[in-house]
Amino acid sequence: MDFFWTYLWPLLIIVGQSVLLLVILLIGIAYILLADRKIWAAVQLRRGPNVVGPWGLFQSFADLLKFMVKEPVIPAGANKGVYLLAPLVTCVLALAAWAVIPVSAGWMIADINVGVLYIFAISSLMVYGIIMAGWASNSKYAFLAAVRSAAQMVSYEVSIGFVIITVLLCAGSLNLSAIVEAQNGPYGLLNWYWLPLFPMFVIFFVSALAETNRPPFDLVEAESELVAGFMVEYGSTPYMMFMLGEYVAIATMCAMGAILFLGGWLPPVPYPPFTWVPGVVWFALKLLFMFFLFAMAKAIVPRYRYDQLMRLGWKVFLPLSLAMVAIVAAVIQYGGLATAAMK
Amino acid sequence: MIAALFFYLFAGILVASAFMVVAGRNPVHSVLYLILAFVNASGLFVMMGAEFLAMILIVVYVGAVAVLFLFVVMMLDVDFAELKQGALQYLPVGLLIGGIFLAELLLVVGAWVIGPGVPAAITAPISTTVTNTEALGLVLYTRYVYFFQVSGLILLVAMIGAIVLTLRHKARVRRQDIATQVARTPATSIEVVKVRTGQGLGSNSVGGNP
Repeated sequence: MDFFWTYLWPLLIIVGQSVLLLVILLIGIAYILLADRKIWAAVQLRRGPNVVGPWGLFQSFADLLKFMVKEPVIPAGANKGVYLLAPLVTCVLALAAWAVIPVSAGWMIADINVGVLYIFAISSLMVYGIIMAGWASNSKYAFLAAVRSAAQMVSYEVSIGFVIITVLLCAGSLNLSAIVEAQNGPYGLLNWYWLPLFPMFVIFFVSALAETNRPPFDLVEAESELVAGFMVEYGSTPYMMFMLGEYVAIATMCAMGAILFLGGWLPPVPYPPFTWVPGVVWFALKLLFMFFLFAMAKAIVPRYRYDQLMRLGWKVFLPLSLAMVAIVAAVIQYGGLATAAMK
Repeated sequence: MIAALFFYLFAGILVASAFMVVAGRNPVHSVLYLILAFVNASGLFVMMGAEFLAMILIVVYVGAVAVLFLFVVMMLDVDFAELKQGALQYLPVGLLIGGIFLAELLLVVGAWVIGPGVPAAITAPISTTVTNTEALGLVLYTRYVYFFQVSGLILLVAMIGAIVLTLRHKARVRRQDIATQVARTPATSIEVVKVRTGQGLGSNSVGGNP
């Protein structure tokens, strides 16, 4: 009995929390996917998916069912194990990042001290899904996409890393909850880091687009050149897992933006009636706002050329973010803004 | 008990995947096993309470170094059968080196007695009140700041060296100059030409000729 209360009960609680989070997250992803298509359609004066369910609300579930019942095809020349492992890696890693994301005060699966680093590490692993898929497919297009993605994701991780460092300098902690709490202040949304660190917010947003292979940086699956890039040989459930992993990774990046720059679960005005709204609602709203920006970028910006992408990452964002790290550190040190923990 | 269980899980997978790195026939599989070994090693770091090191191991080694590794191995045109033939030749030597290394490790660990003053002399005292990351930063940027800077300098030199060795200026490459493109005005880039019906713009007529 003692064994039950010491080991099994906490385990059951964690499993229960994880299942709850995953179910809500996946249903949310289904509607984020629909929202993406609807926003895209609205910009192009189309209707978008509107057949399945009222206003097409069940479209994603119909797609899910379609992918599930299709026959998975494995190309004859493919490296079978790696070919099937790649979508799994993408999907599992994308979902694993949500273990540390605080959706409200104290609402997270694991409150670890290095939460930011954990998410950064997970998102740096995401590139493996693409490389493995590209190589194992034994196809020219897929391999070219893998080659591109390796360079692209590694490049933009560097600038995302520096953006995160500036936020950490201001917050003085690697813990995601502590970062959100550090943005809590009497001026509400003016206390959040998007205002003092606005250039970094822009760099973060653009780098997040590149990191998740969203347009205008979707060179990994550029239809016009590479057919569908690394997932050209995939169909049915493995393909669905790629799509799922991609959208979960986008949601993770939106959540990161909301936590690092938009104050996480904090209300925009720290007075009633805004403080009566549960924190998770504010968090979801901020996540959706970030996603709306992602969707608009997809709708209105044409695709970059590959050398332009590399130039932007290495020659523009890297020096800018590096300079900002130095500037922010200097301002904090000599402006008397250092917290007790930093001294 | 749970800790021991997870230790043996991580350590077991680590050793098994490290073995597969050597034993694997396909070099890409070997690199993938190497990545698995890295991830499990970071799991061991987490269990020891060194969560910062664990995450840095994943970010740096798995997220960047191993990607380039995988990249190179995928690009190589390797004859797997030939490679395996070569590997078997070196097996006795490898086993010998491994055996010597194991014996030395056993000798060292078996006779390992730390004097009472040694930990204080070689390391800064480990604080239990601050987090792992903070503790590491506190010693790295104060006590070991010169070593830290020197290692950074070595990396910088290596980076510049790699660029110098591989950079080749090709004479006839047309590069995009973003600044010039942005600085263009309609006056410098557009020429308004009157096109006469039935004559068009021949190559000799461009430039405002009648």
